[in-house]
Amino acid sequence: MRFDSLLDSVGGTPLVGLPRLSPGPEVRLWAKLEDRNPTGSIKDRAALAMVEQAEKDGLLTPGCTILEPTSGNTGISLAMAARLKGYRLVCVMPENTSDERTQLLRMWGAEVVYSPGAGGSNEAVRVARRMSQEHPDWIMLYQYGNLANAQAHYDTTGPEILTDLPTVTHFVAGLGTTGTLMGAGRYLREHQPGIQIVAAEPRYGELVYGLRNLDEGFVPELYDESVLTTRYSVGPRDAVRRVRQLLNQEGIFAGISTGAILHAAIGLGQRAVKAGESADIAFIVCDGGWKYLSTGAYEGTLDEAEDRLDGQVWA
Amino acid sequence: MSVEVRIPTILRPYTDGVKIVEAQGDSLAAVITDLDTRYTGIGERLVEEGSLRRFINVYLNDEDVRFLGGIDTPVADGDSVTILPAVAGG
Repeated sequence: MRFDSLLDSVGGTPLVGLPRLSPGPEVRLWAKLEDRNPTGSIKDRAALAMVEQAEKDGLLTPGCTILEPTSGNTGISLAMAARLKGYRLVCVMPENTSDERTQLLRMWGAEVVYSPGAGGSNEAVRVARRMSQEHPDWIMLYQYGNLANAQAHYDTTGPEILTDLPTVTHFVAGLGTTGTLMGAGRYLREHQPGIQIVAAEPRYGELVYGLRNLDEGFVPELYDESVLTTRYSVGPRDAVRRVRQLLNQEGIFAGISTGAILHAAIGLGQRAVKAGESADIAFIVCDGGWKYLSTGAYEGTLDEAEDRLDGQVWA
Repeated sequence: MSVEVRIPTILRPYTDGVKIVEAQGDSLAAVITDLDTRYTGIGERLVEEGSLRRFINVYLNDEDVRFLGGIDTPVADGDSVTILPAVAGG
């Protein structure tokens, strides 16, 4: 495959079968390897789409500063795009994220502003909104409410899956900004009658839910629950157990949030086996495991890994 | 019917700091009513005009109850109910 530039190579990722982890010959799991994107995560799709839409709308002009609240991957994708296109990027990120995320952001030239760990990404959104008021000339793309985020997945991720797997019965992805599920989910619902669209939401330790009051809760503007069939909450123990299984049994080295998604996908597969149904379950590998090595998720016992991830925004 | 309910930090002032409490009821609504009889005021923090509040997520055995039956979701003996405030990802 040949592309004119790195930005042109976003998307078009492989969908690979998991012969060992699939629950049976009639119930198969398929991993969409989004770590094969230019900066190593699915967020390249949304970040590039948001930047290009803002350029089309005349919001972004050469020399502009982009501001974005992010727990990491979107920021890293934006940093790459901003570098290639000549924008300055300021990311607001919770302080309780892996060191590698900060290192990567700075490598690609982004400036990092930390938000308090308690409240997780909710706090990052709040801090970014405040900075946006102080710097009215900065452009906040705001992945949680930017239609181009979901549209990128409607235009690319969804069609890619259906083309590669015309028999797909289930689509499982992580729930963060909700962009992947809203976009690809909506496309697949429109084109594959009866498909189940299932969200796997990371369940963090208590610090991340440490809001001062319930009104500080946050539901992304993009979220439309009618797109989903259901939604599961997956804690760090199950996420780590599954991400290790994916590595040990299928050779895929994925980030921790992928473990949470795989956990939901395997559950759906086991249910299909029990019901005597056949199923082709496609799920998202959001990113590789590289930028989570320092969290210790891949070594020691599950108890140790769970303890180390407590209080971290690991997805 | 007895279920285990996990209370988030933000609501623990109602349960004297207790993290996991037992409650009775055959639906989520009944469980919340039962909780409110012992932990006065907690029900109002969870429910508004007969529905779950927007920034409250409740999971029955890890599945979001909004996809099961909302506040009327049936619960069975030994089920686990987890209450969490809505937080962002990304």
